[in-house]
Amino acid sequence: MPGSLSKDFVTIIIVTALLIWVMPLLIATYTLTVLIVYGMLGLSLGLIWGFGGILCFGQAAFFGLGAYTYAIAAINIGESTIPMVLAVLVPAIFAALLGAMMFYGRLNDVYLGVITLVVTLILFKFINSTAGPQYVIGKARLGGFNGIPGFQTLNVPGNPDAYIWGDSYFYVCAVLLGVVFLLVTALLRSSFGRIAVGIRENEVRMSLMGYDVRARKTVMFAIGAAIAGLAGALFANWGEIVTPNLFSLGQSAEIIIWCIVGGLGTRLGPILGAAGLAYLKFMLGQQAVIDNTLIMGLILVLFVLFLPRGIVPALAGLWNVSFGRRPLGRIHQQRRLRKRERLNG
Amino acid sequence: MLMDLSIVILVEMLYAVASLILVSAGLAVVFGMMKVINLAHGEFMMMGGYATITAVNLGANVFFAMLVIAPIVVGLIGLVVERLVIRHLYGRLVDTMLATWGLSLFFIGLATMIFGNTTTGISTPIPGFAIGNYQVNGYNFFIIVVSILLLGAMLTILKATRAGLIARGTMQRSDMAAALGYSPDRIYMATFFCGSALSGLAGAVLAPLVGLVPTSGGAYIAKAFITVIAGGPSLIAGLFSSASFFGVVNQVFTFAISPVIGEVALLVAAVVLLRLLPQGITGKFFRGKL
Repeated sequence: MPGSLSKDFVTIIIVTALLIWVMPLLIATYTLTVLIVYGMLGLSLGLIWGFGGILCFGQAAFFGLGAYTYAIAAINIGESTIPMVLAVLVPAIFAALLGAMMFYGRLNDVYLGVITLVVTLILFKFINSTAGPQYVIGKARLGGFNGIPGFQTLNVPGNPDAYIWGDSYFYVCAVLLGVVFLLVTALLRSSFGRIAVGIRENEVRMSLMGYDVRARKTVMFAIGAAIAGLAGALFANWGEIVTPNLFSLGQSAEIIIWCIVGGLGTRLGPILGAAGLAYLKFMLGQQAVIDNTLIMGLILVLFVLFLPRGIVPALAGLWNVSFGRRPLGRIHQQRRLRKRERLNG
Repeated sequence: MLMDLSIVILVEMLYAVASLILVSAGLAVVFGMMKVINLAHGEFMMMGGYATITAVNLGANVFFAMLVIAPIVVGLIGLVVERLVIRHLYGRLVDTMLATWGLSLFFIGLATMIFGNTTTGISTPIPGFAIGNYQVNGYNFFIIVVSILLLGAMLTILKATRAGLIARGTMQRSDMAAALGYSPDRIYMATFFCGSALSGLAGAVLAPLVGLVPTSGGAYIAKAFITVIAGGPSLIAGLFSSASFFGVVNQVFTFAISPVIGEVALLVAAVVLLRLLPQGITGKFFRGKL
């Protein structure tokens, strides 16, 4: 990645601020909030799949786990700061354990997909069957397929009566997404991120170079789960109810579709894919002629067949072809740089 | 009394194993032989169920609808899918997985549009009967018989017929098969047809037992998958051994605790088994068998 980290940071902050200012003029903030949450969820899979090379079919498991952790903790504690932290930590720890089991067992590809899928199903089935009054954690009843309603939503830290909702909740989510995006950028620029990309490209070579591939993949998996957990907690706050559907296979499928459509191996792609497709789904939900699922399925098939790299890389390629610097331009640039060095030195 | 109970438990276990074999057979052909991860397998089964119900409502004999009409209908749908989508993706494991997931969503949407998001069903064509104090579903025996016949037929076709030999040969070395004058393209197409037809058959035979909704396929896909993957490289030995293992685990926990725990135990057993034997059961035992 060319350019310096601080320059990247400034660009991201300016673009985020602009978007936070402009977007509410176009779409209602209530809808926009959930688009942001989905964007964060997309980013979590985009990170571990696009940069870590770990295809997780159960990213929804961490999303749901984050949401449930938040809801249960919020009911028991009665304020939202500690539950938010827990909603990030619990999925991360769960993912670290699961990842360690898989990666230290040298499972990959299909087996990884199947195991993450199965774990999601286990959680889905388990939570669905907890309708009885005996399933209680502290003061919170798990509620089976009805989910958990009526928990404390986000409040100003230290003041449980000052709720954050409506427009201000939108700004909180948007800023959080910006912060997560910055952190992901920093992570990918660090040696850890570069080595993760190396592992994605060639696992054997990286392990022969002396890097502990298994530990690094486990950590990467846990980071992805932490982001998904945060998205889950934000979603719980937005919907004010958590239901087992958060764990469903359909949810997992959607996250994968977002990443494929947006573009793997980019940070922006999964976010745009998630927000774009979620908005499309929202628009389609207002008509009853064609079923929503059918269109989502069709989009996935068509993208795998015709545009497997996704929209963002395709657009970037188009941009480079039309406006990018030609190789000759690069020589000129180097000459210019050398001249400047001479002038400075 | 105890005698009756043990007979009932034995029948239930046989039934669990048989239904796992039935559910996984189509996927075993498509994934085990062709290395195509068909995540739309559950939806193929769902369409088999709808084909049966539609045929019965139109006045067809229920057994004819289950054993003949549904497999042919789903097989033809599979043929179209293979020509339009799968054909372009052979050898790209992850891409087939994603594309077939897309197909599965597509079919769910299609079924919702055609049949509506309501539960439909037909009654079981075989009456139940009593063993001592326990009532046994007579249809369970039908499923056990069908799955035994199915395994026998698959074994015979793959091992004893020329078509089976050609198919197995093409899956191993398609270039050699092509050099000997067989078109791998055609053989892949035919094999996918057979796999889809098997899925359709499974969905049809299981249809009287469940209320069918467009999303029913999701209930089968994970089970089918773990059975096939845990089975390992040998098609029929793997299918049989892993279905037996999971069926017994499922039923033991179902009787001991509850059906939900039975399901969860099955899934947990699958995760543990894959962790211990990543190549599947037949990667370690019964090597080289079909």
